[in-house]
Amino acid sequence: MADVLKKVPVREQAPKVRAANFEEVCLGYNKEEAMEEAARCINCKNAKCVGGCPVSINIPAFIHEVKEGNIEEAYKIISESSALPAICGRVCPQESQCEGKCIRGIKGEPVSIGKLERFVADWARENGIKPPAPAAANGRKVAVIGSGPAGLTCAGDLAKLGYDVTIFEALHEPGGVLVYGIPEFRLPKNKVVAAEVENVKSLGVKIETNVIIGKSTTIDELLNDEGFEAVFIGSGAGLPMFMGIPGENANGVFSANEYLTRNNLMKAFLDDYDTPIARGKKVAVVGGGNVAMDAARTALRLGAEVHIVYRRSEAELPARVEEVHHAKEEGVIMDLLTNPVEILVDENDAVKGMKCVRMELGEPDASGRRRPVEIPGSEFEMELDTVIMSLGTSPNPLISSTTIGLDINKRKCIIADEETGKTSKEGVYAGGDAVTGAATVILAMGAGKAAAKGIHEFLSDKK
Amino acid sequence: MYKIKKAEKLTGPNYLMVVEAPRIAKHCLPGQFIIAKEDEKGERIPLTICDYDREEGTITIVFQPIGASTEKFTRLKAGDSFRDFVGPLGKPSELCTDDLEEVKKKKILFVAGGVGAAPVYPQVKWLHEHGIEADVIIGGRTKELILLEDEMKAVAGNVYITTDDGSYGRTGVVTKVIEDLVQNEGKSYDLCVAIGPMIMMKFTCMTTKKLNIPTVVSMNPIMVDGTGMCGACRLTVGDEVKFACVDGPEFDGHLIDFDAAMKRQMMYKTEEGRALLKVREGDTHHGGCGNCGGDE
Repeated sequence: MADVLKKVPVREQAPKVRAANFEEVCLGYNKEEAMEEAARCINCKNAKCVGGCPVSINIPAFIHEVKEGNIEEAYKIISESSALPAICGRVCPQESQCEGKCIRGIKGEPVSIGKLERFVADWARENGIKPPAPAAANGRKVAVIGSGPAGLTCAGDLAKLGYDVTIFEALHEPGGVLVYGIPEFRLPKNKVVAAEVENVKSLGVKIETNVIIGKSTTIDELLNDEGFEAVFIGSGAGLPMFMGIPGENANGVFSANEYLTRNNLMKAFLDDYDTPIARGKKVAVVGGGNVAMDAARTALRLGAEVHIVYRRSEAELPARVEEVHHAKEEGVIMDLLTNPVEILVDENDAVKGMKCVRMELGEPDASGRRRPVEIPGSEFEMELDTVIMSLGTSPNPLISSTTIGLDINKRKCIIADEETGKTSKEGVYAGGDAVTGAATVILAMGAGKAAAKGIHEFLSDKK
Repeated sequence: MYKIKKAEKLTGPNYLMVVEAPRIAKHCLPGQFIIAKEDEKGERIPLTICDYDREEGTITIVFQPIGASTEKFTRLKAGDSFRDFVGPLGKPSELCTDDLEEVKKKKILFVAGGVGAAPVYPQVKWLHEHGIEADVIIGGRTKELILLEDEMKAVAGNVYITTDDGSYGRTGVVTKVIEDLVQNEGKSYDLCVAIGPMIMMKFTCMTTKKLNIPTVVSMNPIMVDGTGMCGACRLTVGDEVKFACVDGPEFDGHLIDFDAAMKRQMMYKTEEGRALLKVREGDTHHGGCGNCGGDE
């Protein structure tokens, strides 16, 4: 008999095997495992888990259906709240959201809500179950800028209400960070992302790729000339940061965005795709977030020895515990309390190493985390051929600078109301990383959902 | 899909294509570029806009096959399509966005090296349409590499042709023509715009610096997305790091670190060479030395 205090374990590829391929690491539950895990849910009357979910999925209700083996019914319940369950079940930081609030987690492990959501969505896809049909078309046009999680969610919700929605995407594939950022081994592109995008399209949403708002057309033109009555901006935070240290423009130094885009979107890891990628032998990834873990595990799979270089200690790593655990299992080396001061280059301006300094933790700073302080005289050199900078991203100013009357704050984020997504410009709504700066997939979805409601209220009042 | 309305071989190794892309045609200005991707597995290639027709909704590109992707582009015919064609990218030339009266006061010299004539042409044409006749030097290694001569003559003030080997026009590199015009032929210029291979832009800048002519260059580093999200195209301009795709591609040529930029351009030379061989050799390709298993 299984220990009811523990999650039903989920099958994974063995670390040594998966470190050499781009197949998904986590294999997910089968139906028996899912039903067994679902039976651990005690179906709280006042379920705390729902409050922990940014899109408020009726978690006890869908888990109850899983327990009974009614997977299609469970999918319908999830679909009422989420347009991208196969994605969220995989990439949400459940430990700080739904599962973080689960009563079971007080004495033992919480119910594995994410893995159950994933199972339901995967089962629905494999069995050809589509989300419920949208309401009758009302003929009113809404434009959505960006096809990442915020835009897809907002578009899906508006389509369900009967709006005629067009998404404009700058890249050649829809999905935003889901296609260019998060690697195949965490989130399969064709199997999962493309299928969820198809589900959104099956609601009637149109997606126009290769359109850069601010260049190919502007928000003002969409509103004034193309007949759109409202616009949602979900353009994310895609502008990479660099450290500004000497040698950073050398050959072999990449932003994590470039490295991951080449590999995930352009599929550089596959021989029959044309985009090249530098397959380093000794790689350092600077940073400690989920993106850093993704870049490190990608470099590992491309055949490199990989170091994570992070200036604080393990306790402060911003990445999910599960990601850090996976990275270590696969053989990523953690160089903590270490900060780069210079990239060392050879006569051809190619990376040959990195000069770093050791750090210790001082007093807590404004963010509440202990501030790293250099240890004098502790400089040392690492021998490397590739450095990937994963220091975070900020919103691209292109849209705000080409839209009359759209206010931004000093971090270049669009100012928008949290409840409705309303911006300083009438009829224009915004949400996701474009508003908050780099955050999570599910928070972007929550913002997309709130804005869809805000837009519906605005347009209902207008006429 | 973006339909190719016309595909034509120009002189030398160069090709011209007219591509249906109404949103780009409606919004582009001289100095801007597009990114083209042939099919699902293709890479994203930046190409400058050579001409545009707002009514027809078309963009003209001119390119020289130098690698696997551009080599594959040459096999496309009228009626075929690019899977992806995105733009306009980058900032327009400041000549087209600055105060027109100020621009009119300037005597402008364009220097076009090789296929660089393609991005020079729309700027000269735009100025012509606004009553400004700029001088143009078109240079190439040899006669067949001189592009767009007739088109340029129709819109420019004076057009000076030069070839390195003297097979057509003047003899020598473009910098020699600049020196001759200014030092021996009584011309003076307030602005030079130089577009071509990085090495040609570098030497042009050295010459114009000596002659004290402010110079704008259009940089062509490696790009991936072309929208500012990756930094593959970053350059050192003065003391600052700039992304050519959003901050440029045009910059003050006297502030560019050309040597660093040229080294960055070479980053994928080995991979590019292999990929080009694979395309050229087709079924007879065996992967090059070291990969070849012999005639097993």
